Amino acid sequence: MKKSTQLLKKYYKQMLFVRRFEEKCVELYAQEHIRGFLHLYIGQEAIAVGVMDALTPDDSVLTTYRDHGQALVRGVSPNAVMAELYGKLEGCSRGRGGSMHLFDAATRFYGGSAIVGAGLPLAVGIALADKMKKQNNVTVCFFGDGAVAEGEFHESLNLAALWNLPILFVCENNLYGMGTALELSESQTDLVKKAASYKITSSKVDGMRVLDVAKAAKAAVAEIKKGNGPFFLECLAYRFRGHSMFDDELYRDKKEVDEWKKKDPITLFTNELKKMKALEELDLQEIEEEVSSIIDEAVLFAQNGTLEPIEDLKKFIYATEAEDE
Amino acid sequence: MSETAIYREAIRSALIEAIEKDERVFLVGEDVGRYGGSYAVSKGLLKRFGAERIIDAPLSESAFTGAGIGAAINGMRPIVEIMTVNFSLLALDQIMNNAASLFHMSGGQFNVPLVIRMATGGGKQLGAQHSHSLEGWYAHIPGLKILTPATVQDAYDMIALALRDPNPVLIFENALLYNMKGELDRELKAVEIGKALVHRQGKDISIITYGISLFKALEAAKLLSKEGIDADVIDLRSLRPLDDETIMNSVKKTHRVLIVDEGWKSGSISAEIMARINEQAFYELDAPMARVCSEEVPFPYANHLEQAAIPQSEKIVAAAQKVMEEL
Repeated sequence: MKKSTQLLKKYYKQMLFVRRFEEKCVELYAQEHIRGFLHLYIGQEAIAVGVMDALTPDDSVLTTYRDHGQALVRGVSPNAVMAELYGKLEGCSRGRGGSMHLFDAATRFYGGSAIVGAGLPLAVGIALADKMKKQNNVTVCFFGDGAVAEGEFHESLNLAALWNLPILFVCENNLYGMGTALELSESQTDLVKKAASYKITSSKVDGMRVLDVAKAAKAAVAEIKKGNGPFFLECLAYRFRGHSMFDDELYRDKKEVDEWKKKDPITLFTNELKKMKALEELDLQEIEEEVSSIIDEAVLFAQNGTLEPIEDLKKFIYATEAEDE
Repeated sequence: MSETAIYREAIRSALIEAIEKDERVFLVGEDVGRYGGSYAVSKGLLKRFGAERIIDAPLSESAFTGAGIGAAINGMRPIVEIMTVNFSLLALDQIMNNAASLFHMSGGQFNVPLVIRMATGGGKQLGAQHSHSLEGWYAHIPGLKILTPATVQDAYDMIALALRDPNPVLIFENALLYNMKGELDRELKAVEIGKALVHRQGKDISIITYGISLFKALEAAKLLSKEGIDADVIDLRSLRPLDDETIMNSVKKTHRVLIVDEGWKSGSISAEIMARINEQAFYELDAPMARVCSEEVPFPYANHLEQAAIPQSEKIVAAAQKVMEEL
C-alpha cells in the first residue's frame, strides 16, 4: 500500500474507532456500567483525527470534558480509557477522573477539563514552560464555541499573543454551548475575528472534512514551530448526539440535525476516498472488524479491572516527594 | 548569624536566592517588574534577572495564575504574585478547580509545584475590596497548603519551604507587616510546613493565632501577665495543614482556649480549630472556648470603624479575662 494510502487508512480507522467507541459507551451507559456525565464526540471525529496527525510525541494536548476522541486519537490506551469510564484502578486517571477527566502523562495529555475555558490558561503555562526551556514544542488546546464567552478565553488569547507562545487554539464550533445557540451567546459570531483582534493568526476550516482539518492543522503547527506565536483554528462541526446523556434536545430542530448528518465526517471521507480511487485499496470490513476487536478488548479489560480499595481514597491529594535542598 | 531585617526585604532576599539557585524558578504577576511590586517586594528584580524570570502580567488573574499551574506541571517552579487576596477571587477557578484538584483528578500523574503569594488583611483604610483575610477560606480546600508568615524569619523561610514542596502552596502576607523589622537568621534551619510555633510559654490560657494577630496576642499576653494571667501564645504558621499536636499539647497544659483570627467568625478557621479541640481534647477544657475575630462586616473605609472591626489587643485581653473567670 502506498504511503499516502496508508495515511488515508489511518484517518479512516481513527475516525471509525472513535465513532464505534462512543457508540459502545452509549450502550454501556444504558447498562449502567458507565455513570456520571458522558459527553460524546460523535460527529466531530474529523477534528481530533486531523489535528492530532500534525503533532509529535513531545507536543502537549489539553481538551474539555468531551475528551474521549482526543484521548484515543492522541494514543492514550483504549483499555485505560474504558477502564477509566468504569471507574477502575487501571483507568488512565485511576478512576479518579471519569469520562470528563482523562489524563495521560506518557502522551502529554493534560486532560479533560470540565470548567469551560479553564484549560486555556493551563495551555498558556505549558507553552510558556516549553518556551523557557527552549523546547520547540506546540501545545494544542481544544475547546468549544461556548468557551469563547468566558473571560479566561480572552485573557489567555491575549497572554499567548503578548508572550508569543507556541499554542494552537482549536475551537470546535459545534454551534451550541450546551443548549444555547452561538448567535444567542455572541454578539460577534465570526469567532476568527475575535482571535484576530488579539493579533493571533487565525483560520477557519470545515471540521467535517478530515483532510481539510489535517492540512490546516499541519500548516498552523509549522507556522507555530517557526516561532511565530499562537495560532487560532476554528473548526466548524456539529455534534450528532445531545450535549450529554441527559439532553432532550429541545433547543434544536430535528431537521437541522438530519441536515448535518448528511455531512457525517466518515461518510464525507468515504466519498472522497472513492473520488481519489483509494477506496478500492481499503478493506473497510476488515477495518471495521479491527476497530471492533480493540473495543471489545477494552470493554473486557475494564470489566476485569480492579476497584481501588477505599483505604486509598485519600491518595494523591498531596504529592509527598519534597525536593532536595 | 542573626541580623535585623525588614519583612518585605526578607521576602525579596529569599526570592533572589531562589531565582539564583534554580533556573526553573520565575516570578509572574501584576506589576512585579517595572513597577517593582505593588508592595515593593520585587523591587530591583527585573533589572537583576531580566524579563524572562520577572514577568509583568496584564490584569488577568485567572490566566496568569492558570499559566503558573501549566508551567508547574511542565517542569517549572513558578511563583505567582497576586496583588491582594480580594483579587485572588478572580483566579479562584484556577486555584480550586485546577491547582488543588489536578493531582488527584489525574490519578497522581500531575502534581502542581506552584507557589502563589498574595497580600492579605485590613487596617489601611482600603475599604471593602482590598482588606479582607480570606486565608481561612482557602484552608477549606484539600490539595492546597496555606501559609501565613507572621515573623520576618518566616517571611524569609517560607519562600524556600514553599518552593521545595511538590504541591500548590499559597502564602498570605499581611500587608501591614511589610514594613516590620525583626530578627532574621539565614543559617537557621527552617521550621517545616505544618508546624506551629509557641512564641510565649504560659500555663493559664492558650491564645491560638496566626499572621499579624500574633503581635496583638503577644501584646495582650504582656498586659494579661500584669494581672497574673500567664498566656501560652501559638503562631499557627500554617492553616492547612493545621498542627493539631501543638494545639492539643497547649490545651492539655492550660485547659483554656482563646482563638484570635482576623478572618470572620462564621464558617471560619477559628471555628475549625474549636471543632478540632472539641473532637480531640474536650475533656481537657475547664471553660468554654472563646474567640476574637473580625466583625462580620465588609471592611469600612473610616479609620475608627475599620479599627473597631479588626481584633485588637484590648479585645483579646477582655476575652481572655472572661475565659479565665469561668470556673
